[in-house]
Amino acid sequence: MSSMTVSPRAASWLQATPFTLIMTCLVMVPLAIIVSVSFMDFGFAEIIPEFYLGNWTDLLRSSLTFDTYKTVFRQLAIVWTITLLLGFTISYYLIFHVRSNMWRAIFLAACAIPFWTSGPIRMISWVPLLGREGLVNQALMGTGVIDQPISWLLYSEFSVIVVYVNMLTMAMAGPIANSMAKISPSIIQAARDQGASEWQVITEVIIPLIKPGIVVGTIFIITAVMGDGFLVRAMSGNQMNTPAVAIMNEINAFQFPPAAAKSVVLLLVVLGMVGLLLRFVDIRKELAR
Amino acid sequence: MGTRRSASYYILSAVFAAFLLFLYGPMLCVYLLSFQGPEGGMSFPMRGFSLVWFETLFTAGGRGVGDIHNSFIRSLRLGAIVAVLTMLIGLAVGMSFRRRYPGSNFVFYSAIISMIVPGIFVGFGISLTLNMIGMRPQWWYSGIGAQLTWSLPFAMLIMFIILGRMDKSYEEAATDLGASSFQRFQYVILPLILPGVIGMFMAGFTSSYEEAARAGLNIGTGNTMPMELTGLLGAATTPVMFAVGTLTTLFMFTLVISTLLVSARLAKRRQLRLTAQHA
Repeated sequence: MSSMTVSPRAASWLQATPFTLIMTCLVMVPLAIIVSVSFMDFGFAEIIPEFYLGNWTDLLRSSLTFDTYKTVFRQLAIVWTITLLLGFTISYYLIFHVRSNMWRAIFLAACAIPFWTSGPIRMISWVPLLGREGLVNQALMGTGVIDQPISWLLYSEFSVIVVYVNMLTMAMAGPIANSMAKISPSIIQAARDQGASEWQVITEVIIPLIKPGIVVGTIFIITAVMGDGFLVRAMSGNQMNTPAVAIMNEINAFQFPPAAAKSVVLLLVVLGMVGLLLRFVDIRKELAR
Repeated sequence: MGTRRSASYYILSAVFAAFLLFLYGPMLCVYLLSFQGPEGGMSFPMRGFSLVWFETLFTAGGRGVGDIHNSFIRSLRLGAIVAVLTMLIGLAVGMSFRRRYPGSNFVFYSAIISMIVPGIFVGFGISLTLNMIGMRPQWWYSGIGAQLTWSLPFAMLIMFIILGRMDKSYEEAATDLGASSFQRFQYVILPLILPGVIGMFMAGFTSSYEEAARAGLNIGTGNTMPMELTGLLGAATTPVMFAVGTLTTLFMFTLVISTLLVSARLAKRRQLRLTAQHA
């Protein structure tokens, strides 16, 4: 071995090869294939490799496309607002109010443990709470607030939002807490010494410094909500149609080229939003910090 | 700063407690209702306590549980293989990033793209690619490959963070003492980044054990656990799904705790060996 010398650059290339091969062959090439298949014709459960624009004209003419995007953008706006407020509050509490490191670690672990339960089980766990005979309805009827069970608690947009918030708040809180932990306590102390109130410290010191965390958290929320079809289908009781659900339905019906065209649109929308956000933060620099 | 807490501390504590209730409430329902009596349903009240639903799960022909045993074994097998591959490939790519090299940006951003592109597109793309070249999906190549596209970017980020925090002076000291690059890796770098390596293993396992959007179309015949459970959701009418939830959570709990214990022990043993050598 001692006679074998590799230049540092060649060593790096060798080390990165397996990773790069997987990312190229299983991510980049497949994404390119989706784009090319979107321009192909199709028969029953088969792809006909001929240039065909029908998938695109059907897609762009359909008012259904517009409706699915309206639905998903509404959900995204609600989920983003709630997870941002909740995620910020939780991170702020854990980083600036909890003083003992041990308790901070215990609280963070406590937030992670529920995610050890399988995703589909976490979805069905809302039935005993939000269902017609669920605890929420039982409690409301027991206290006389309502005299008939509320039916829109489960299998509705409401339950979709509740479960999104439940599953995604930590995805927003994590990056924000990470940014907050990097703020030097002396900066906060300096602001306090100058007579800043807690609210002023938050708005004028903390928020400007945690922008990278907010951006990363927002990216997680965007890709999760825009790309999800399973949760929406399960929690809306198959009643809501988002772009991802429409794509999944077409894939299940073996209509690959129209599904590919829809995928290209959704991909462009997601990557466009993420690209816009990344202009505000250099993630590679953030990670190394 | 005094020891007196401000009013905001109590308000925020209450918000945090409410959030924990929001996280744990549904889970507690699952754990409790899995012990529902034989007459009970998927909602409260509990009609007695029993192990009937666990029995249903394990008796042959247990209704409403589909092919859950085999799908669990498939998920375990897949998770274990993906975890090992994630650890090895992640370690290698992490080491490559210790120098800037031409193409390093492509490697980095291809991982970021894999992370931010919603899973169904990666899964759909891989299955279209297989379709175009006339191959049938099989768990041992396209299934594992699809899951690696999800676990590897996390492994890369873990390496980024842990190597970024590593004190370079240890390594320089080893070089000054005449250590070869292999010795440097084995005796200096690896012990320092061991928590990250174990972290990559765990990230690889948990991400693939739970993954369905990417692997779903590429696994070939035989569902994995999350796919099987998603399929059973709509038809669920009895608490048997809750029994599945309780058992799989117990499994994950055991796995995570034992990994933590093993890594704590490894760290301690190294510490002891180091002090013994110095004495």
